[in-house]
Amino acid sequence: MSYVIRIKSLSYRYPDQQIGLNGVDLTILPGEKVALVGANGAGKSTLIHHLNGILIGEGDVNILGMTVEKKNLKRIRGKVGVVFQNPDDQLFSSTVYEDVAYGPIYQGLNKQEVKKRVAEALSMVGMQDYIDRNSYYLSIGEKKRVSIATVLSMQPEFLVMDEPTSGLDPRARRELINLLQQLPQTMLIATHDLDLVEKILPRTVIMYRGQVVVDGPTSQIIPDSNLLENYGL
Amino acid sequence: MSNSQPLNPYIQLESPAHRLDSRIKLSLVFVYILTINLIPHAVWVVFPILFSVNLSLAVVSGIGIKKLLKRSLWVLPFVIAVFPLLFSIRGNTWFEITLLGFSFTASWEGLERLLSIVLKAWFSIQAAIILVSTTKFEGILKGLRWMKIPKLLVAVIGLMWRYLFVLVAEAKRLLVARSSRSSDLPDFHSGGSMIWRAQVTGYMAGNLLLRSIERSDRVYMAMLSRGYDGEVRMDNDRVLSRKEIHILLIGILICVCLFVLSLYFGGAF
Ligand SMILES: Nc1ncnc2c1ncn2[C@@H]1O[C@H](COP(=O)(O)OP(=O)(O)O)[C@@H](O)[C@H]1O
Ligand SMILES: [Mg+2]
Repeated sequence: MSYVIRIKSLSYRYPDQQIGLNGVDLTILPGEKVALVGANGAGKSTLIHHLNGILIGEGDVNILGMTVEKKNLKRIRGKVGVVFQNPDDQLFSSTVYEDVAYGPIYQGLNKQEVKKRVAEALSMVGMQDYIDRNSYYLSIGEKKRVSIATVLSMQPEFLVMDEPTSGLDPRARRELINLLQQLPQTMLIATHDLDLVEKILPRTVIMYRGQVVVDGPTSQIIPDSNLLENYGL
Repeated sequence: MSNSQPLNPYIQLESPAHRLDSRIKLSLVFVYILTINLIPHAVWVVFPILFSVNLSLAVVSGIGIKKLLKRSLWVLPFVIAVFPLLFSIRGNTWFEITLLGFSFTASWEGLERLLSIVLKAWFSIQAAIILVSTTKFEGILKGLRWMKIPKLLVAVIGLMWRYLFVLVAEAKRLLVARSSRSSDLPDFHSGGSMIWRAQVTGYMAGNLLLRSIERSDRVYMAMLSRGYDGEVRMDNDRVLSRKEIHILLIGILICVCLFVLSLYFGGAF
């Protein structure tokens, strides 16, 4: 097995018949850091929801040698950490600590290990002082950072983030970019933040109307403003 | 994350029943249900007629008989609720049982009453199901207002409906959030302790309440800021056409006929 994900002709329609994905092919190798860009409604979030089986469409999604299907979901969710676009889709506990600790406790790690993971994850996103706060009453940017911590605490092999820098103030954004740069994991990051893409994601995938239309080195794609313009960017 | 509304009974289709003005539909269903429930009990001749009317409506509206029957299973809890009638109505003994030293007598009259009530409830629910499957909720509110149901009541019903979906959508998001981080590691026992899981579920329930209240509040603010004044506005109430009034009158006439027929078979004349 030489890939982290391999997606073959994946299609998905929402229950109201709206097309979400229309034949996506994508392979990501270990250690790659990939940008997923595309206009609003291109299908980025829909694709991401297929990576840990929240949505299961037609076609083949394979993650670290496992097909995304019901019986593999728990194993896969330990390997793939997904940070959703909207933090209210991520946080469900009453305090920041409980939210960040949920993944590791569920995995059966012991108390000290859980505590250590929570402390580490929160300090990575600069939220260690918020540990006892109610996550529901944080600002959007703070929620976003806690959301990222809830996934980091699980130490997944593959990190998937949906617009992680949207809603962050400039400093939090800079710090997040620094953090992502240091993390060793394979990453797929959906974003409109082209600066982030150029800084830390060497490969770029463009989606348009539910399909992958461009896939190549960031250094060639991002400077090509005609190409970006064509796909609504 | 998904906007689909599993609780929404409306089925988007093209059919004469869907096209019929919601005011007419609501009035007809109202009269029909009233008729069903005014029919004297144990007039068995009428029940097959009612049943076939409902089944025909299911076919005409495109809902289909199977779906109608499946959805109308709602009536089951009601059967349990009226079950004591079997014993409480006096008449010719059907059977007797002794329970905890008390003896209960089931009567044939009780059985008749029970069956009539259950069937009437079942048919009424079917009629209501056909209504809500073919009419958007806004249409039903419009019909209620047209029938001069107090505005406040209509507004309350409308808000309850909206908030119901707010609540369900929030609950769904919380559940997806949790399951996304419920994972197995090789060689570890996953799932955490029972007590911990119960605790997490408890927090989630609290969180759900909090979010729903706030979301409902925001929905309400958004409605206020767009001019909501306690009344749900629809596109200007169109004057009903002659043909629509005719349909209404014919429907009412048929209901009256059914009622008279049932009185006749019930031995009223
Ligand atoms: N829950 C949903 N129900 C119906 N259609 C949806 C839903 N979520 C997204 N869509 C549609 O699917 C398409 C892709 O959306 P999405 O994946 O959210 O795009 P992106 O994240 O790239 O902005 C859009 O046309 C959007 O309107
Ligand atoms: Mg999106």
